[in-house]
Amino acid sequence: MKLPDLTELAVRNLRESLLRNSLTTIGISVGVASLVAMLSLGIGLQQLASRRLMKSGLFDTVVVTSRRDLRNFNREEERSGPAPGESRILDEPTRTEIERLPNVVEAYPDIRFITELRYEDKPHLTTVAALPASAKSNDAFEGVQGHFFSSDVAPEAILQKTFAEELLGRTPKPGLDETKVAELAAPLLGKELTMRYAQREGQSSAAKTAAENASNLRSEGLAGAAYSVISREQKLKIVGVADLDPESMRGPTRARVFLPLKLAESLHVMQPTDLREISRSAGGQPVYSSVSVRVKNPGKIQAVEDAIKKMGFNTFSILDASRSIQQFFKVLDVFLGIFGSLALAVAFIGIVNTLVMAILERRREIGIMKAIGASDGDVKKLFFAEAGAMGILGGIVGVALGWAIGQIINLGTNVYLKRQSFPPEHFWSVPWWLVAFAVLFSFLVSLAAGLYPAGRAARLDPVQALRYE
Amino acid sequence: MGGVEAQNRATALDSPNDPAPVIQLEELCRHYRMGKTLIRAVDGVTLTVQAGEFVALLGSSGSGKSSVLNLIAGLDRPTSGNVVVQQRNLAKLSREDLAKYRLHTVGMVFQSFNLIASMTLAENVELPMRFAEVVRGKRDRLASEALARVGLQGRMKHRPSELSGGEQQRAALARALINHPQLLLADEPTGNLDSRTGTEIMNMVREFNQQLGMTVIMVTHERALAERYAQRLIYLADGKLVGDESNSTAPAPNAAAPAGTDGVPR
Repeated sequence: MKLPDLTELAVRNLRESLLRNSLTTIGISVGVASLVAMLSLGIGLQQLASRRLMKSGLFDTVVVTSRRDLRNFNREEERSGPAPGESRILDEPTRTEIERLPNVVEAYPDIRFITELRYEDKPHLTTVAALPASAKSNDAFEGVQGHFFSSDVAPEAILQKTFAEELLGRTPKPGLDETKVAELAAPLLGKELTMRYAQREGQSSAAKTAAENASNLRSEGLAGAAYSVISREQKLKIVGVADLDPESMRGPTRARVFLPLKLAESLHVMQPTDLREISRSAGGQPVYSSVSVRVKNPGKIQAVEDAIKKMGFNTFSILDASRSIQQFFKVLDVFLGIFGSLALAVAFIGIVNTLVMAILERRREIGIMKAIGASDGDVKKLFFAEAGAMGILGGIVGVALGWAIGQIINLGTNVYLKRQSFPPEHFWSVPWWLVAFAVLFSFLVSLAAGLYPAGRAARLDPVQALRYE
Repeated sequence: MGGVEAQNRATALDSPNDPAPVIQLEELCRHYRMGKTLIRAVDGVTLTVQAGEFVALLGSSGSGKSSVLNLIAGLDRPTSGNVVVQQRNLAKLSREDLAKYRLHTVGMVFQSFNLIASMTLAENVELPMRFAEVVRGKRDRLASEALARVGLQGRMKHRPSELSGGEQQRAALARALINHPQLLLADEPTGNLDSRTGTEIMNMVREFNQQLGMTVIMVTHERALAERYAQRLIYLADGKLVGDESNSTAPAPNAAAPAGTDGVPR
């Protein structure tokens, strides 16, 4: 029998026992809906996580640290590289070497220190970090109020929102809507901050002296110490307030005040790692605790990481973190898929039941069809067509239903999030491939369910089937 | 039209003036078990039917006449022995080939009409052509022609339940003829009909036998009916052939009518 005839007969037969077949189809729909709902939740959460990572602006960045440094992100890598003792120092020549690697846009030292900032004569202790000029195009600074640094050496600062709140003496009350960045920026932009910091001077000595000097006098307390620390002040103009998500910044060392990179470098601020690195410093070159490497695009991260590892350094990128996150979501998807499929498994049994009932009911009809020339194959195909039609129909209705369930849950959760004064999130996603996959899967499951009934119908003995009224 | 006709007939063996046997049953047995007892429904029947004959299989219920008919129809397989129809031994055909044989060579009518209740008459009649994969346009045309021939042109869109028994059996006859088979097998075709409509149906069967040159085998337990229409009466009892006589009261077979050039009124 040809496909159009088969479809026509199948649809006709389905209409004959409308109630029973509708119920079976609804069963399939519910199964598909639960599958779609579960999987789109998984996909949506994964996309949400990826978006959050992307927002951090670090997706194209590799952080390079020396293998000597104990703050390794990934200790396993130590075993594969050169022994820690003979590994290289992360200094200026190394930085330029890294910068010359293919696919690297720039490599800049991470300057980060905790210091005191005075605003309207009140001291505030916070972490300050340097930003390269390229950070301007970073997604993270999209929502900045005011503007980015006018030059790489300008004595300017960009504040993180929470620090701006601190300066203004506002503490966000839980349960209330978040303060708008613009509102915070208005009274601060153009104002002056005074940064007090410890300057490092004389880097050729191996002395391990760290003098805390409150006055502006040079410390000469210890004999032979060519390494000193001077307390200095730097005036900074507030040019921007950024709505950066502090949670998304780099872990515990996240900063709340940002300076232009060249300015920060020229200040020679005493950094916590200096004491350790200084002893190995060759000549007057600065030694960095870590260097951030910006890569052309996230796809090249792996290649660049490998190249830097070959040079004898440890690397860390957000991709490392996102890889394990992706792995987690794959496992989550599998679990959600399994739970979603359970309902479809029940639907599978429903289809088998419906078709077996149909055979009993249409025993005589099958006998007649065989008597007038239907082959086993014709009968089999007819039952497959009925199962398949229910599968496709149930699949389509199920996808729509699953999508609707998703929308409702999304809406409900966002209402809840809003009450908790969190921004709304879109953590529900039904991609087109999932729609196609769900309908196809439903079709295939239904065909599989038709396997036994169709075989049984095909084997039916026509003489037996026609014997009784 | 003539070309289409020839094409349809080409699927089956076409031997118009050949007196050669169309059906040969050789030591045919059909046994089956019911619980512990072995039932010999057909037990060593040997029989030859010539092309164009109108044969009645007579016997009481349980005599095995319907079983013989099912074996000739290719609905059942013999336990032993052979059923040779147009030089093909049905006992040796695959299930697939047997279905093709039923589709193209045999037309069947039953006591209980066996129309599919959910389909209209037109759909019932064209169903065999769906299995034969005939295109829709041709199917519709042939189905309405066949229904017109049995006088049901006005009932095409009706369902079987809306019709009388006689009308249903006429529709069943139209369905049996739709693929132009050479063999018409009828199992108590008048069993559920009153005598007037029964006669109507039997006249049609005789018409097909005489005008289309179809070989007809009819199972019945009504001796009078058999004597009135069949040229040959075969008696069965307990699965065995117990009598085979030609019937002079019935009109002579129109075996000479060439099957390929039938002058059937359309």
